[in-house]
Amino acid sequence: MKNLGIIFKRELSSYFATPLAYIFIVIFLIVNGIFTFDLGGFYLRGQADLLPFFSFHPWLYLFMVPAIAMTLWADERKTGTIELLLTLPIKLSEAVFGKFFAAWVLTGIALSLTFPIWVTVNYLGDPDNGVIAAAYIGSWFMAGGFLSIGSCMSACTKNSVIAFILTVSICFLFVIMGSPILLNSFPEWIPQFLMDAISALGFLSHFDSISKGVLDIRDILYFTIFIASWLLASAIVIEMKKAN
Amino acid sequence: MIEIKNLTKKFDQFVAVDDLSFSVREGEVLGFLGPNGAGKSTTMKLITGFLSPSVGTILVDGNDISTNPIEAKALIGYLPEGAPCYGDMTPLEFLKFIAEIRGFQGQECVDRVQHVIREVELQSVCMQSIETLSKGFKRRVGLAQAIIHDPKVLILDEPTDGLDPNQKHHVRELITNLAKDKIVVISTHILEEVTAVCSRAIIINDGKIVADGTPAELESQSKFHHAVSVELSTKHDLAEDLAGFPNIGLQEEEDNVYTILSKNGEPIFSEVSKIAQEKNWPISEFHVKRGQLEDVFRSVTQSSREIS
Repeated sequence: MKNLGIIFKRELSSYFATPLAYIFIVIFLIVNGIFTFDLGGFYLRGQADLLPFFSFHPWLYLFMVPAIAMTLWADERKTGTIELLLTLPIKLSEAVFGKFFAAWVLTGIALSLTFPIWVTVNYLGDPDNGVIAAAYIGSWFMAGGFLSIGSCMSACTKNSVIAFILTVSICFLFVIMGSPILLNSFPEWIPQFLMDAISALGFLSHFDSISKGVLDIRDILYFTIFIASWLLASAIVIEMKKAN
Repeated sequence: MIEIKNLTKKFDQFVAVDDLSFSVREGEVLGFLGPNGAGKSTTMKLITGFLSPSVGTILVDGNDISTNPIEAKALIGYLPEGAPCYGDMTPLEFLKFIAEIRGFQGQECVDRVQHVIREVELQSVCMQSIETLSKGFKRRVGLAQAIIHDPKVLILDEPTDGLDPNQKHHVRELITNLAKDKIVVISTHILEEVTAVCSRAIIINDGKIVADGTPAELESQSKFHHAVSVELSTKHDLAEDLAGFPNIGLQEEEDNVYTILSKNGEPIFSEVSKIAQEKNWPISEFHVKRGQLEDVFRSVTQSSREIS
């Protein structure tokens, strides 16, 4: 556990040692603003809630999160530091979790810096702050889900651009899994329970309820298991591919 | 002590390391030699636990690297090939990170970092990010992280590759100083390094050991061992004078320069000098040659390649 903390600290500070973290945060906030005010019609709706803010998060994360996840392991392999890291007296799991948590906390920092919008909505009206808090937590967990996919894809290749494209593609699949776009395109002979299973695996069905303020333990459990599975897959891929 | 038994590593069909067995004791500086692609780096990656062997065991001070990786890795300091470091960190931050992972805390951590920075002379650059450093400094940062915890086992993959002669000398001095009560394994293809720092050398080729011994022992396997080099001022037929001696061979290097070889490995200097006096050779230069590691290296790595 101690080593996990040391790796976490190193990773997080390395984001801030380069302009990466600052660029990520600034762009995250700008795009978030555009989505909320222009596309989401935050003012026009005339309602004191943050639904237009949160409902765009899956699409925002689709491109933003893979951008920080892509270097997680690809760079380690490219520069050879993976050999250094994995010959230190640490467990592979500590490295995988340490790196993941550092990236997750970075998205958390970016997300928490959207607080002015929460302040604004409280100034303009009387929103249900419990709903908003739940939605923030749900959104952060969803970002973790995206990141865990990114961690695994980044472990697959030395090239971080390839890792980015792979991550975006797979994340896109998980985003649309629960949406009508995908469900309507299935042929009719596919049994209903399969359709339900597929849509239950998607991000949207879980995030939608959270963003409406229903912080169901099952949704949190879904994201936790989702993250754990992809991180396990990352560890397996790292173990398999570290030789080449 | 490192004990390696029947170590084999396969990548798909390719056998990189083929049934390697040897052990290294405290105080030994083992030079690990071989042509590119012979399996040197793979063996080092196996010993340090980065790769896991297909077959065989590696014990580091009794700890099996496959079943007890944390304990074994804690005993090892490793400089991977090319000395990879986190480029966005400064040497100070980087070494502090390594020291923390190695289990040092508080003042001891600071002391360790300061000590190792002095030892490899990084004072002038310790606040600069590693990616801006020259190759020599990067190598020293890599070396510093390997020795920061005063490890029992030091494994260095081409530690002086790409350094200038002064830096090479410095690194070799450092290794010699460190080596007293440690096990040091150095892979290199710079043969002078082996004579300079190693107490034992293993030459591998195609994943197998083809020679193992002290540098002096290996040198004595050279066909030039005990050979005598002769330079004449005018022409003289040496072949005729030496024809009656079955253990002496003759090789002409260039006009009037000859190497007289000992065919059975025994010293022939006095015998040759006697002949030279009797036959009145017009000698301008006359000296004994030492066996060259390079000849041995070439002969053992090329002959086994021809067989295969």
